Amino acid sequence: MEARFVRQSMLTPQQPPLGEKGAMKWLRENLFSGWLNSILTILGLLAIFFMVKGALPWLLHGVWDANSLGECRKIIAADWGQGQTGACWALIHERWNQFFFGFYPQEIYWRPTMTFFLMFPAITPVLFFGSRANARRVIGAASLVMAAALFGLGAPMAPFLVAVAAGLALFWLAEIAPAWLLWFTALYPGLTFWLLWGGPLWRPVCAMLGFVIMFAVFRLAAARIGATVAMVAGFLAACVWWLFLQTPVIASLASAMPLSLRPVTSDQFGGFLLAIIIGVTAIIGSLPLGIILALGRKSDMPLVKGLCVGFIEFVRGVPLITMLFTASLLLQYFLPPQVQFDLILRVIILVTLFSAAYIAEVIRGGLAALPRGQYEAADALGLDYWQAQRFIIMPQALKISIPGIVSSFIGLFKDTTLVTFVGLMDPLKGITQVVRADINWKGVYWEPYIFVGAIFFLFCFSMSRYSMYLERKLKRDHR
Amino acid sequence: MAVATTTAPRGNFRPSMLIYDTRFRSFTIQVIVLILVVAGLSWLVHNLFVNLAAKGKDLSYAFLWNRAGYDIGQHLIPYTNDSTHGRAAIVGLLNTLLVAGFACVFATILGVMVGILRLSKNWLIGRLMTVYIEVFRNVPLLLWIILTYVILSEVMPEPKDFKLTDAMIAAGQAPKASMIFDGSVAITNRGTNIPAILLSRPLGGIDVGFLSLNFSFLASVLVIAASIWANWALLRRARTLQETTGNRPVTWWISLLILFAPIVALLAAMGFHLDYPVFKGFNFQGGINVAHAFTALLIALTVYSATYIAEAVRAGILAISRGQSEAAFALGLRPGRTMKLIILPQALRVIIPPLISQYLNITKNTSLGIAVSYLDLRGTLGGITLNQTGRELECMLLMMLIYLTMSLIISGVMNIFNNAVRLKER
Repeated sequence: MEARFVRQSMLTPQQPPLGEKGAMKWLRENLFSGWLNSILTILGLLAIFFMVKGALPWLLHGVWDANSLGECRKIIAADWGQGQTGACWALIHERWNQFFFGFYPQEIYWRPTMTFFLMFPAITPVLFFGSRANARRVIGAASLVMAAALFGLGAPMAPFLVAVAAGLALFWLAEIAPAWLLWFTALYPGLTFWLLWGGPLWRPVCAMLGFVIMFAVFRLAAARIGATVAMVAGFLAACVWWLFLQTPVIASLASAMPLSLRPVTSDQFGGFLLAIIIGVTAIIGSLPLGIILALGRKSDMPLVKGLCVGFIEFVRGVPLITMLFTASLLLQYFLPPQVQFDLILRVIILVTLFSAAYIAEVIRGGLAALPRGQYEAADALGLDYWQAQRFIIMPQALKISIPGIVSSFIGLFKDTTLVTFVGLMDPLKGITQVVRADINWKGVYWEPYIFVGAIFFLFCFSMSRYSMYLERKLKRDHR
Repeated sequence: MAVATTTAPRGNFRPSMLIYDTRFRSFTIQVIVLILVVAGLSWLVHNLFVNLAAKGKDLSYAFLWNRAGYDIGQHLIPYTNDSTHGRAAIVGLLNTLLVAGFACVFATILGVMVGILRLSKNWLIGRLMTVYIEVFRNVPLLLWIILTYVILSEVMPEPKDFKLTDAMIAAGQAPKASMIFDGSVAITNRGTNIPAILLSRPLGGIDVGFLSLNFSFLASVLVIAASIWANWALLRRARTLQETTGNRPVTWWISLLILFAPIVALLAAMGFHLDYPVFKGFNFQGGINVAHAFTALLIALTVYSATYIAEAVRAGILAISRGQSEAAFALGLRPGRTMKLIILPQALRVIIPPLISQYLNITKNTSLGIAVSYLDLRGTLGGITLNQTGRELECMLLMMLIYLTMSLIISGVMNIFNNAVRLKER
């Protein structure tokens, strides 16, 4: 036998068939891989088509400049023909300041604005620890936007210059000594209180002095009587300062050097200003409280454990609304008659306690996920309880619980809208109702809700993206 | 070989050991905590009595037996404004449970569907579901409730639009709005009119304190429960037979018969018929008028909670390693059976705990019905009753206690279920 034909050279490869390459292949694999998928694709396309058909003209015909709903409709009819629908964004244009600031006095809008933008330098050392470039970028952007916003709001010259100087100083600090930014973070709560509520400067200064006293007592006593007892001693010392010594000191300082801003009462707060104040304060407060509660629940001491379990289960068992009503109706029954608390402060305290119980459960999950070997290794190294928590347990447990913690925070921020039920002006129900009750804007419903919803979406979505960033960054295994 | 001693040598006890010695320190700390807690609590209780005395109030629940004097539109047990505050609270509680129960069922159905669709290989559907989930869970629930309510009451036609006059019939015109589902449901801007279930030979009922027992309803529930139990026993016997002999008896028609025949027979015996809403005069007569507060709350709770359930379902399915389904295919199981016998039982273990907390959240979130004046437990006991009697403390405490009990019962029941499907390790 002899082979008649042996091919000596390779054939040039043929083009793949039309259905196996490029867009066709992608379509076939991802959209029309079977009859079920084809039906689903067509249904999906139909849904998108009807949504776009309904919403797109409405969005495109939007009117930004009008004084009432009737005027809006007239403009739309004139521009696009009778019977056309269109969004009346003029409502947002006219009332945006109420949505953001509530009934805060218009001349001093620069105060909350400045507070808001200074928040970014204050939180960057915590959020982007280790990443100097990110911190610089955030602080730089916040300072620039702050300057622009203050200019746009027509802030007086002095605060504008102070803000610009502060922005430059913080940016410079982030450049040369990022660790020092933490001091600004520590000062920020007092600064916020002073800028937002006004009044004498010495009140927040003295309130923060209490924390300094607490820390000093703790530091001095820790070496002698152990960390736990020293903590109690520090707390008691601070309480003594706050309850008895603070008031006369404030009075004498205020008479010696009166530094004061125009006071603003709590019922003037509203809109997103209020949501952000309550949300951010409660978020910052609930994390340490949640950690303590979680540790208490894991404790070997039956009494401490019982108290923590009871508190957590009680709070998780009742709706937030009942907690808010407790803040507005019941708290006065349990405090001495002469003590009068500000409503926003009461709400913040109750919201913080509420959120702390949820955070505690999330962190307990993280603690439970740690292998026992980690605890035993810490013991074997001779670390005491707090050292073991600080260096071994918490860094790992918190890392595991980041997604849960952030989704609790998102939930908390969304729940700030519930303060409307105790008479505070939240952006969603309080302010929107005020706006919709206006005779000029009667009958508007899509626009304000879309606006408020979009801003909430912006905040919550960026929080969840940030948690993904953090998860990726902290992931130490399977790189 | 030296024997390790587990206890430290016992020396003389010195007071400083209370702080420095780890054997005694936890005892010291607990005593301090106990003293602080007792002091704090007694301070609060002392303040409470001082404040109550200053306002001339006492702590009493006697108001629960007084006449309520307000109407509740939606009541599952007989209620008039002559009924007591306690009965109003029960009516509110039942309304809470009603909307929570429906929302749990619908949110689970929608959530499971969305969660599975988000994992589908279909690019478009996957993206659509992602958009749905991200949009709905990143915006407050309160917005969905209010928006749904406002749309329902502003966009839906007025009752008079359903009117069909003789002149219109003569001119061959149709009314501006028409009823859906073959003329049985009408959605107006004042509410949704649905057919009512009526019994011509009901079994009656009695009043027990604040509650009413409706024997027809109880009998139906009992019959359905018994049917389900009988069906379960039948299936178990079939399974035992299959495992011993290899032959599975045909059960589907016996199952159908057991599940449906008794309840149909009972309903027929009680004279079951529907009462359709009919347009008469200026509004709809007959049937049940479901307030938009209920509908809006139900829709908003469903679409909002479904996103969380969808994420839980997705996470549960993703948690099952690919090897499991590959092994099932290697054994020759079809995709449907692989899902039913291999993936789902394992995924359920991951899905159930977050599902429990979602059900709890739904139950607690029904209290947001206050935004649309839905008279649930918070609206009756914590709302109108509280304002009328001025007994904030009693009402709030009772309400918290009821919510707490509800939460504990739900999590208890679901934990029993969770233990049943949990991985049985040896």
